[in-house]
Amino acid sequence: MDLLSILSAIFLAILIALLLPRARQMLGHSPPAQRGDWQSLLLPLLAVVGFVLLLMKLV
Amino acid sequence: MPTPIATVRTASSAVVSTNKLIRNTYLLLSMTLLFSALTATLSVALRMPPMTYLVSTVVALLLAWFVLPRTANSAAGLGVVFAFTGLMGFALGPMLNMYLALPHGPQLVATALGGTGVIFLGLSGYALTTRRDFSFMGGFLFVGMLVVLGASLLNIFLQIPAMSLATSAVVVLLMSGFILFDTSRMVHGGVDNYIVATVQLYMNIFNLFVSLLQILGITRDE
Repeated sequence: MDLLSILSAIFLAILIALLLPRARQMLGHSPPAQRGDWQSLLLPLLAVVGFVLLLMKLV
Repeated sequence: MPTPIATVRTASSAVVSTNKLIRNTYLLLSMTLLFSALTATLSVALRMPPMTYLVSTVVALLLAWFVLPRTANSAAGLGVVFAFTGLMGFALGPMLNMYLALPHGPQLVATALGGTGVIFLGLSGYALTTRRDFSFMGGFLFVGMLVVLGASLLNIFLQIPAMSLATSAVVVLLMSGFILFDTSRMVHGGVDNYIVATVQLYMNIFNLFVSLLQILGITRDE
């Protein structure tokens, strides 16, 4: 394993440790989804998936 | 009890300040993206070594975490944003050089760049026009990000190409979610500082571009 991989692993571990409290806070403070919220999210995400598949075919 | 006229004035002033925030954010975002493209071009031309990615990213994130919160409400915040985005752009140099060296590499990079632009404009436009509140996704997105970082950490040791492809695919979906989340936060008052909003949207675009480049690069290799 080279130096860059070791340093990248250390960087990612620090990033996870720094993001953990923020994720915990967001989990606790996010408002619950209303009726139809997840459906309104699904539509654009499906469009993104379709678009990325199209790009994969193009290159 | 507030009079109807006072209520209308308050509501109209809130709309004006939201529109101002959105306008300033997109203006600053476009300027920082151009600056970022400039530093990325410089990094490509100088043929920077692979370590540049890690060093520039670490310095940029230190700026975003420790300096930006103290300067976001002053003119110095603009300097910090340009330093941050300039460093992030510079970090891309070694990766871009690697992809540009592939057969049809410039086409690959251009496709990833164009694809990122289309996805960002489409999702941001969707969040702005529907005016839906996507703040319910906050916890889900941050936990997803932690899972992806954990998987990336694991894959440094395992070196599985399929896992790298899967991680990039999940990052594209997560960043799409973050674009909706951050754009709707501007509309619904979750963020009131255009410098902070710019940095959040910039990070979404940056991660989306890198992941899209990796997906297209991996599928092209096969």
